[in-house]
Amino acid sequence: MIGLTHYLVVSAVLFTMGVLGIFLNRKNLIIILMAIELILLSVNLNLVAFSAALGDLVGQIFAMFVLTVAAGEAAIGLAILVIYFRGRGTISVDDVNRMKG
Amino acid sequence: MSSIYLIVFLPLLAAIVGGFSNRAFGTLFPKVVTTGALFIACGLSWPIFLSYMSGTAEPHVAQVFTWMRSGNLDVSWGLRVDSLTAVMLVVVTSVSALVHLYSWSYMEEDPDQPRFFAYLSLFTFAMLMLVTADNLLQMFFGWEGVGLASYLLIGFWFKKPSANAAAIKAFVVNRVGDLGFMLGIFGVFLVFGTISIPEILAAAPNHAGSTIGFLGYRLDTLTILCLLLFIGAMGKSAQLGLHTWLPDAMEGPTPVSALIHAATMVTAGVFMVCRLSPLFEQSPVALGFVTFIGAATCLFAATVGTTQTDIKRVIAYSTCSQLGYMFFAAGVGMYGAAMFHLFTHAFFKALLFLGAGSVIHAMHHEQDMRYYGGLRKHIPVTFWTMMAGTLAITGVGIYWLHAGFAGFHSKDAILEAAYAAGGGGQGAFWVGVFAALLTSFYSWRLMFLTFWGKPRWTQSEHIQHALHHPHEHDEPSHEDGHAAHDDHHAHADHGDGTGGYKPHESPLPMLVPLLLLSVGAVFAGFAFNKFFIQPEAGAIFWKGAVAFDEHLAHAMHEVPLWVKLSATIVMLLGLFGAWVAYIKSPSIPARFTATFGLLYKFLLNKWYFDELYNVLFVKPAFWFGRLFWKKGDEGTIDRFGPNGSAAVVKFGSILTGKLQSGYVYSYAFVMLIGLTLAVSWVFTR
Repeated sequence: MIGLTHYLVVSAVLFTMGVLGIFLNRKNLIIILMAIELILLSVNLNLVAFSAALGDLVGQIFAMFVLTVAAGEAAIGLAILVIYFRGRGTISVDDVNRMKG
Repeated sequence: MSSIYLIVFLPLLAAIVGGFSNRAFGTLFPKVVTTGALFIACGLSWPIFLSYMSGTAEPHVAQVFTWMRSGNLDVSWGLRVDSLTAVMLVVVTSVSALVHLYSWSYMEEDPDQPRFFAYLSLFTFAMLMLVTADNLLQMFFGWEGVGLASYLLIGFWFKKPSANAAAIKAFVVNRVGDLGFMLGIFGVFLVFGTISIPEILAAAPNHAGSTIGFLGYRLDTLTILCLLLFIGAMGKSAQLGLHTWLPDAMEGPTPVSALIHAATMVTAGVFMVCRLSPLFEQSPVALGFVTFIGAATCLFAATVGTTQTDIKRVIAYSTCSQLGYMFFAAGVGMYGAAMFHLFTHAFFKALLFLGAGSVIHAMHHEQDMRYYGGLRKHIPVTFWTMMAGTLAITGVGIYWLHAGFAGFHSKDAILEAAYAAGGGGQGAFWVGVFAALLTSFYSWRLMFLTFWGKPRWTQSEHIQHALHHPHEHDEPSHEDGHAAHDDHHAHADHGDGTGGYKPHESPLPMLVPLLLLSVGAVFAGFAFNKFFIQPEAGAIFWKGAVAFDEHLAHAMHEVPLWVKLSATIVMLLGLFGAWVAYIKSPSIPARFTATFGLLYKFLLNKWYFDELYNVLFVKPAFWFGRLFWKKGDEGTIDRFGPNGSAAVVKFGSILTGKLQSGYVYSYAFVMLIGLTLAVSWVFTR
């Protein structure tokens, strides 16, 4: 029987992959966006899992909100990326350091 | 009698109107306003003086308004009029009016005439404020006012570096004296509780012999006060030690020298000592010091005057020397004689300066007497007026007839008083007689070098300049200064030393003051000696305005005949010496300088006072200044103050700047660490 623990473990694995994806990635800004999506999905998974386990619908509704916000965030992030690529001709993470002090 | 208000404030008004009308009305308007105001003031001053001579006027104070009141310090502006003030009023306004008139022509080609005339009037106002002062603070106001005007006028040609340096020197040296004067005023207030002059003088005898503790010593109160006040007088009157500014002040225009550095401002010290004479009378030590300084200055300046070659500097040292006479006259207690010499000296010294200005004008701004000669025929009016001035300063007169030029009456009175006073006065007498010999020598030397002999004009750069650029007329000397002219070569030498140059007699506005002043130089002594120094008439005239010692006034008439004739004898000796050295056999001066090279150098370099002060004061002052500037200001305050905090901020920003790598993942990492720490803190609390 697949219990709450399994969901939480998968969620934790996803979250860790997302975090590592942000840190270890040196290539591509798109991967960072994807990693953020992974983190958000792991959070969603948590919310839904607890919602189901506790029989409380609020968690699932909250997950829908998170999905919406994630979609918006992805759209804005990709738009910025496109503009940035036009300007710099690259989206390599190591080249994106104009904020360097 | 309210004319005193007009006398004092008209020059101020004229200075303001003339000074601020600058370009708008051209140069004629300010000239007319200032000169007109001064002539009105002069016209109003003489009746006051005459009313004191006739004995009809009483001393009084014309109140203006209260200046300040704080505790028991009560200072009001008041114009004090008594016979002492009346003498000074006449001197100041007469000479000032004539100098204003003289400057019409002398400064004609100067572009800044409104400024010049405004300064002259401002000076006159400050001087009148000084002489009418009823309290020490008001006197100090006038004192500083004339110092300021002197500074502005010495540095009038501000494009000339030497004029600026001289102006600063005059100001700074006067500050030294002013410090003494200020301390004196503070001390007077401390001791007497008032700075009103009549109250101080009335209270002075009560404090005789009292002592004051200072640094563990008991000092005589009045001696200290008098010495401090006298230091102020020394600075203003260029007495030995603080005299170095006066010769340098000759960088200013010549009318300024005549007005400020001969007739009026430099006599302020003598005036102050006379005004406070009842106070000085209480302190024999201070009077002895005054006598000593006066005699020393008299001798010093006279010796230096014999070697100078710049016509204005000779007269400047002569002024210094004559001021010495006035001081030792005051020091031996004959204040009337001091004021008398001040009075006559104002006329003949202003005359000599203005005459020198006329010569300089005629010689195309050449001031070196070595390049004059033979000017007698070319500028006769100047020659005769300067002759009157020379006769006056050397004290030409006949004892048995009681007739002579101005200096004869006043200088003889001083020498007789010094002899009659005995003690230190006897020493001053001998010094004075020797100085009179030197006075006669250098005055006639000036006349002989300038007006007799053969013209030596061709050696002068200024004359050369005039000959080579005949149409480029008389630009003021400050423009070309002593700029090196390369064109000394082969100008057609006419063989008579003139180089073809024609000196021109000065225009009428310059000659009229000369003529009027020579009237003063001839008759001032003869006409007024009764009132200044005769025992009975003097007591009536002064009416307690100065301490008038009738016994001394009697005694000075009973000195031996040889004392009375001594001044005349040395005058003749000096004349003879100058005649032998500069007319009969002109090779003597050169032989003298060759034989007594050291002495000559010593005198030529003014006893090395400037060099000494340079080493003693100027260099250390610069050293201190540089120390405080480099080590104190830049090294400490700037380093740890603004520069230090700026450096800290800069260094800190570089450090924090390094944290900003610009990489997104490092920010995310920091965020994660922070979040982790925050969460663990919340949970482990």
